[in-house]
Amino acid sequence: MPLPPFPTTDDPGPNFGELLRRVLGERAVPTANARDFVDTHATTISAVRYADGVIMAGDRRATAGSTIAQRTVEKVHPADRHSGVAIAGSAGFGLDMIKMFQLQLEHYEKLEGSPLSLEGKANYLATMVREHLGLAFQGFVVVPLFAGYDLKRQRGRIFTYDPTGGRYEEAEFHADGSGGRDARTVLKLGYTEGMAREAAIELAVQALYEAADEDSATGGPDVVRGIYPTVATITNAGFERVGEAEVAERFGALITRKTEEGHVR
Amino acid sequence: MSMPFYVAPEQLMKDKADFARKGIARGRSLLATVCDVGILICAENSSATLHKIGEIYDRIAFAGVGKYNEFDQLRQAGVRNADVKGFQFSREDVNAQSLASWYGQVINQIFTHDMKPLEVEILIAEVGSGGPDALYHILYDGTILDEAQSTVLGGDSEAIAARMDESFTEGWDVAGALKAAVAALSGPERSIPAADLEVALLERDSERRSFRRLGDDEVTSLLA
Repeated sequence: MPLPPFPTTDDPGPNFGELLRRVLGERAVPTANARDFVDTHATTISAVRYADGVIMAGDRRATAGSTIAQRTVEKVHPADRHSGVAIAGSAGFGLDMIKMFQLQLEHYEKLEGSPLSLEGKANYLATMVREHLGLAFQGFVVVPLFAGYDLKRQRGRIFTYDPTGGRYEEAEFHADGSGGRDARTVLKLGYTEGMAREAAIELAVQALYEAADEDSATGGPDVVRGIYPTVATITNAGFERVGEAEVAERFGALITRKTEEGHVR
Repeated sequence: MSMPFYVAPEQLMKDKADFARKGIARGRSLLATVCDVGILICAENSSATLHKIGEIYDRIAFAGVGKYNEFDQLRQAGVRNADVKGFQFSREDVNAQSLASWYGQVINQIFTHDMKPLEVEILIAEVGSGGPDALYHILYDGTILDEAQSTVLGGDSEAIAARMDESFTEGWDVAGALKAAVAALSGPERSIPAADLEVALLERDSERRSFRRLGDDEVTSLLA
């Protein structure tokens, strides 16, 4: 890379995607028909606002058709210090989108000296989903879920997307993916404004449990292997994963309660 | 037909070097030193927003003295270089040594071929994860100096370096290193208020991004 790498009138600025296009050239877009092979799918993801910020949660299963492709996929990732991103849909493209999104946020922060606003991050993710539309038409739909702590407004915020890049802000909670509808119902019934951390984690765990109960593509707690869904909190202090032991304990309590009740609905 | 004047290459290089050195000497100096928790970088900078020190990658920091727009452009190019390399290969493959030699080539290219050399000196610091720390001090003509303990950039660097070497102790803590750094930068005759200091750390035990700026309050309490 020579220096100055770009003429000042034609500089990619803090846009990492644009920089890559300039340096590495246009990335080849596959033109395969989705029916040619079975795509790996990532499933249920959710986000819930609570008193200190937002909780994000996602199951760990990836499916390819009716087979389980992966038992330990991570669908909830930190986007940067104060935000998180989760994906549902085509796993390969989704994880790639997360990687590009993370790199973009970091690149911007380093070049500009300060991070993007939460709104700016949400908008940028919308353009990434929009750029993916061609592949979505071929069957590789990726639907991210973005949540973070807005340092300026001092509150947690949740942004949802549709496959065309439409961006919508949710005031309370959201869930996406094949089990999203079931998870949303649980969240809807259990949500109250300004929940404490424990109550919010409890609700997110319950939503994932019920989603896994109804949706074959969503993985529940795997007690035998010790694989539990990912749960993370995003607060003023930043993105923090809830420890595996704590998540396991929550699921354990939920299962015990259900067993004691004697009738699983 | 007029003939262009012949200028001996020695003279040309000397003139360019003198010009660059003069430009660099006009600004305030900067100092980096290895300490127990990582690498401490301390600059005299009256601006709170126009930074001399910046983050390049997970374990790599950049610092520059001289003309702000020039070293800031170098910093941005470094971030781009590192981010693209990390994307193409792996985050582990981005290291200070390769970045420093790239900077050396770029700066040397400008020094030899452009009318005006860059009036900057830069530092590429890398905190080791298991391996040793690295401090690469790169001059206006692309010369790379590999320093082990501490390095000083900018005008009056010899006097500052002499003061720093005197107080340097292996494995000292941040407070001790910062006190010595500020004393070395200011010299015996004056003192620098915390608001005129820009301080950053590369922390060895960080999980990923090890670069952290120290605010005025933290600097004041460390200097107390």
